[in-house]
Amino acid sequence: MKANVQSKGNALLPAWRNRPLGVALVVLALLALPFVLAGAGTAWVRITNLAILFVLLSLGLNIVVGFAGLLDLGYIAFYAVGAYVYALLASPHFGIHWPFWAILPIGALVAALFGVLLGAPTLKLRGDYLAIVTLGFGEIVRIFLNNLGSPVNITNGPRGINRIDPVTIGDLNFARTDSFFGLAFSGPVKYYYLLLAMLVVVIFINLRLQNSRIGRAWEAVREDEIAARAMGIDTTRIKLLAFAMGASFGGVAGGMFSAMQGFISPESFVLVESVMVLAMVVLGGMGNIWGVILGALLLSFLPPILRFTVQPLQEYFFGRMLVEPEVIRMLIFGFALVLVMGFRPGGLWPAAVRKRSFSGSGGGAHD
Amino acid sequence: MDIFIQQLVNGITLGAVYAVVALGYTMVYGIIQLINFAHGELVMIGAMVAFTLIGLLTSLGVPGLPAVVLATLCAMLVCALLGYAMERMAYRPLRGAPRLAPLISAIGVSIILQHLALLVWSRNPLAFPQVVKTESYALGGAAVTNIQIGILAISIFMMGGLAWLVYRTRLGTAMRATSQNPQMAALLGVDANRVIAVTFIIGAALAAVAGVMVGSYYGIAQYTMGSALGLKAFCAAVLGGIGNIPGAMLGGILLGVVEALGAGYIGDLTDNVFGSNYQDVFAFLVLIVVLVFRPSGLLGERIGDRA
Repeated sequence: MKANVQSKGNALLPAWRNRPLGVALVVLALLALPFVLAGAGTAWVRITNLAILFVLLSLGLNIVVGFAGLLDLGYIAFYAVGAYVYALLASPHFGIHWPFWAILPIGALVAALFGVLLGAPTLKLRGDYLAIVTLGFGEIVRIFLNNLGSPVNITNGPRGINRIDPVTIGDLNFARTDSFFGLAFSGPVKYYYLLLAMLVVVIFINLRLQNSRIGRAWEAVREDEIAARAMGIDTTRIKLLAFAMGASFGGVAGGMFSAMQGFISPESFVLVESVMVLAMVVLGGMGNIWGVILGALLLSFLPPILRFTVQPLQEYFFGRMLVEPEVIRMLIFGFALVLVMGFRPGGLWPAAVRKRSFSGSGGGAHD
Repeated sequence: MDIFIQQLVNGITLGAVYAVVALGYTMVYGIIQLINFAHGELVMIGAMVAFTLIGLLTSLGVPGLPAVVLATLCAMLVCALLGYAMERMAYRPLRGAPRLAPLISAIGVSIILQHLALLVWSRNPLAFPQVVKTESYALGGAAVTNIQIGILAISIFMMGGLAWLVYRTRLGTAMRATSQNPQMAALLGVDANRVIAVTFIIGAALAAVAGVMVGSYYGIAQYTMGSALGLKAFCAAVLGGIGNIPGAMLGGILLGVVEALGAGYIGDLTDNVFGSNYQDVFAFLVLIVVLVFRPSGLLGERIGDRA
């Protein structure tokens, strides 16, 4: 059994090593992408950056939902925590201007702390209760962000925090345009490369985690908690770890969101966002890192594509806009969740283990 | 003291509405262990349909009270159909699937219903047509309106009716049997699918009435009103002990009172550091405290696996 898991785990990397040309092509395409997109307008580079942020978020949530099987409906709270930590430590709001490489770990740590805070009282609960408690937790965080503008002004309330510092590395300011090798690197393009680098690191961590002792413990807890405990897994600790790890990824993504946008408010961290990240994980394939990335990319490029197609199409056919693209997007989300659960419960790109546990009419680990 | 009684009256009224919504959650959970996330949206659709129809009927010259009753009945019918449809299409195919599957599907249904309502009624809130004149009565220093009395009366009537249905009829016996042991109930001739469908229909019809009540209490209805209300009602159901029908009633009333008193006094208690804008936090705090210290709820029996 152990040998089997090991060989499956390492299968990915050798496959890459055997195809140096393919890997080189993908790397080149990813490096050239922002310049191609910038040809279509800087807006598309920004959209891509946000999409990468959502990939980061989905990978974080995937640890909690996909690996450990704990349904978290308040995940956006950790994104909010990371974003606010960055905003408070790098803006004129408190007059603190720390560099981003110092703040991001702090944001990850604080988010992880919130993850433990949420996890500790709820770990006894079974899946569906946990979902509701996490949802409530997400709402509580948002309500506090909204109201901590008085009597002591911590979050500046619903007005949010303005003029957040952009990322700077040495003399390199990510808000300005620089030119290297005769090419103009605008702010969004630079953020793209930074995010891409972070994404590679996060994917690597996730791949290693999944096949580590911890990852297999998560899988065991997900499939059958009682059996896992019987095999000597400290289920409480391992579940807390899933919460903390997932939350820390959310915290890092939140910090980057703050730096890129320059402005945040509680409006950005509503329940719908949590549901959207969940939809990305579920649609792509819970537990499969590549599936989750696919799901996140699909659903984050959906709104801009809808905006550019639905509106002109409706105006062409009906003379005016009947249905807002936003509404169509949400309807697609809703139907995607229902249809995926009904017809393809493992997602578009199911995880190998998920495939086993979801197949068959009985389902679950007991058949 | 006057404030105390006033908040108590407001809390009990709102709590009665929570209780009616909570019944829908608890009945479905009791039978198939599913948190029907979309239940709150049924409340919203009930309110929207009823408001539209009341406006339509009164403009046709139908007098106030009959218009409200007729519109509410229609809303119950629409919601019952919707409840049946969602059970058939989103939940029944997932019976026997892993636990998270129907829950995620329910979130999807909730999003769909909310945005379909947005398409039909737009973003703007509907105002409750003023067909019944609001009158206020003094009660020990507090003001009670006829709408509040009506809400309380209807809630108690519906809770009584449901209790009768569940504990005194053949259908109710089948429901309780299915919730205790579906396989055994099926062996003894209970058509489980039918019982589950009926449960959804009854819960949805109750939700429609709750929608009309909460809409007339606040005076407006909007496509977003369902989710927050649904969540609070779910908290109420857990507080009373999920799956337990008297528990849902008790939990609803208690939650309404806690919320009203909490919102009324939190400012004084904390030197205005926290104000009534934290009202929505109470339901979740109650939920977390209950789940940590008494996961089976106030009236729920202790079942190891349940929480």
